[in-house]
Amino acid sequence: MKFGRLVLATFFAVAFAAAPFAAQQAFGQGKAPLIKYKIVDEDSIPVSLTGKPGDPEKGKKWAIHGRLGHCIACHVMPVDQPYMGEVGPSLVGVASRYTAGEIRMLIVNPKVVNEDTMMPAFYKADGFHRVRKAFVGKTMLSAQQVEDIVAYLLTLKEEEKE
Amino acid sequence: MLRKSIAAAALVALAVGAGSGVSAEDKPVGPWERKENHVKAPKDSPLDYLVSGYWFRTPKTRALQDDDFENPAFLWVEQGIEEWSKVDGKAGKSCASCHETAEKGMKGVSARYPVYSAKNKKMMAVTHQVNYCRENYMKAKKWKWESGKMLGMTAYIGLQSRGMPVNVSIDGPVRPFFEAGKDFYHERRGQFDLACVHCHQANFGQYIRADFLSQGHSNGFPTYRLKWQKLGSLHRRFRGCNNNIRAIPYKRGSPEYTNLELYLAWRGQGLKVESPSVRQ
Ligand code: HEC
Ligand code: HEC
Repeated sequence: MKFGRLVLATFFAVAFAAAPFAAQQAFGQGKAPLIKYKIVDEDSIPVSLTGKPGDPEKGKKWAIHGRLGHCIACHVMPVDQPYMGEVGPSLVGVASRYTAGEIRMLIVNPKVVNEDTMMPAFYKADGFHRVRKAFVGKTMLSAQQVEDIVAYLLTLKEEEKE
Repeated sequence: MLRKSIAAAALVALAVGAGSGVSAEDKPVGPWERKENHVKAPKDSPLDYLVSGYWFRTPKTRALQDDDFENPAFLWVEQGIEEWSKVDGKAGKSCASCHETAEKGMKGVSARYPVYSAKNKKMMAVTHQVNYCRENYMKAKKWKWESGKMLGMTAYIGLQSRGMPVNVSIDGPVRPFFEAGKDFYHERRGQFDLACVHCHQANFGQYIRADFLSQGHSNGFPTYRLKWQKLGSLHRRFRGCNNNIRAIPYKRGSPEYTNLELYLAWRGQGLKVESPSVRQ
């Protein structure tokens, strides 16, 4: 039928991993016990999860990745990408609004800051309801990937354009 | 004001499916935002107004739905028409044996379903009812929920309520089922830890990646989805919305999804039935 060509690349196909199981295995982020972290002032994790600095170039990759960060599913970022979501605030200039520790907290588990938020926790592995088998006990990002994204977001000062 | 010309720009933007991430302030007015496309929300509704998923779609998609000869769902409707008077099962009956014409017998059915069946002590969606009739009155085999025949029949039945306002009962024995559906709608699930309410109540009219979020109403089902290249049931849509947030979906026709269907129908109480609709 003629409609075949009308099908658009959709968010789900691209970003929410309605995708093949083989691919998901690669993106479930390991079952190793989570690295313990300390929350300061109720909304900040000042110390790197891995003790190592993140790589902003990689961070940018994870942030726009359709099965890892999913950040652009919900946020506009200063990157050259079509279809950026708008259910979260723009991350342009985010480094001028938050400290590294606050950004790390928001990625690790934003519900600590706002329990009603729509944003997923990216470094949390349990306490979820009816998680699909492939993702049980796994975090959405590895600790190092979180650090990479933190490092990338810290480069987003004011009105940066690519 | 500028509104009219801006609205025209919005149509163009939608037509090309652009989700360029414009900020809320400079976003053009879309058809879903126009008063004349709004329907009054029922009493106690969490929404300020109701607007059909139809108005969130591109002019092209809407045009497909507007013309029954273009609407691909009608391939299935034709199958439904055929099955309506086809004798099947040991009782030697067809739907027509008991209901005469669908035009008369099925008018308004899809607008008021799901309903509570005292006999079965459960909520019945139209699909359950069709199979109930087949098994008990026709002595025929059940149809699979997502089979072509079932979709065709429910689309044909839905067609008889086209333009009628959704009007489900949520009182008396139905209440507990309604409450269960409401709880489901608000319960976070999956690794993404999201509930229906996050996407369809708090964020309709926003892009989530390339998808433009509607209020998530059920008034168009079964719906021909361009992405599926097929007519699909409401419960298939539920499974999709669950799967995408990495949550274990329920079975089509399960009590969980039937309760959710009831609650969703109430959220859209007053919207016109559009079955079979076309969506992206
Ligand atoms: C499913 C939607 C969604 C996804 C995916 C998502 N976010 Fe968010 N994010 C939000 C929402 C909504 C807010 C608004 C704050 C709130 O709800 O508490 C937010 C807020 C934020 C904030 C604070 C911004 C501000 O100006 O206040 C940061 C930083 C952030 N997100 C970073 C990220 C990063 C990095 C990723 C990917 C690793 C990500 N988000 C993925 C929905 C999302
Ligand atoms: C992560 C976001 C998200 C969540 C959570 C979600 N949906 Fe959806 N839903 C979508 C998107 C995207 C679409 C397609 C665009 C649209 O119609 O909104 C959609 C479409 C629908 C539709 C079709 C609307 C139409 O007019 O054809 C229904 C019905 C629906 N959702 C119900 C639900 C229910 C019930 C839940 C909870 C079980 C749910 N959704 C959870 C994103 C979501």
